[in-house]
Amino acid sequence: MDVVTTQYKRSDLVKALGRIDSNTAPELEKVFNAIIEGGKSGIVFDMSEVDFISSRGVWVLLETQKACKRKKGKLVLINLSEYMKQSLDLAGVKHFIEIFDDVTAAVGSF
Amino acid sequence: MLTRTYSGQFENLASISEFVAQAAEDAGFDRAGIYAVKLAVDEACTNIIEHAYGGEGSGEIQCTCNIARDELSITLRDWGEAFVPDSVPEPDFDVPLEELRFRGAGLFFMRKVMDEVHFDFQTGDGNVLVMVKRK
Repeated sequence: MDVVTTQYKRSDLVKALGRIDSNTAPELEKVFNAIIEGGKSGIVFDMSEVDFISSRGVWVLLETQKACKRKKGKLVLINLSEYMKQSLDLAGVKHFIEIFDDVTAAVGSF
Repeated sequence: MLTRTYSGQFENLASISEFVAQAAEDAGFDRAGIYAVKLAVDEACTNIIEHAYGGEGSGEIQCTCNIARDELSITLRDWGEAFVPDSVPEPDFDVPLEELRFRGAGLFFMRKVMDEVHFDFQTGDGNVLVMVKRK
């Protein structure tokens, strides 16, 4: 898994490429934690190039949402494939994390 | 029937995933079905490494794929600690965000995406998990 981060005025865009499993989820967690510890609490996570996410990865998203909300920010998701939704729906993620169709809509929500 | 053995390390999850995805493709599953098989096997192997072996590098995972006419059967064998599946609580996602606890999510995911999930801890040769996905 590779991660690319782009900074916007009110949020950071994080794009991961590849698998998010028990091997790689800790790396993603570090990226999110660094953003939050750096004082930002608005994160857009682009999943267009993520081809797999396990429950460990879903848990990283939910824990990141908790941390963002505590700082009055939020994590939002964009570009989910139908297959990603399988993993995310099992954990009811859509009840906890907003999902947008594209970057413009997501960045504009902050 | 194809069998491969992997050391119980998270870095092997991607290889195990490719192995079972190929079997699911050979069995004729569509993309959603292949993804479901990959997800269940990833969750099962993570649980084996974390719980049966208590961490990485403590034992092996043997993975066997068996294609029948209208189903794929995946058998995972480990030689770690047994557990009582019914004692694992089902995670409750119908709670406020701050109250979410994820313990048991792996087993919950496996049961949701596969048609059958059976454990056998009395084989005399390790712990056996059989998961079946039907077309």
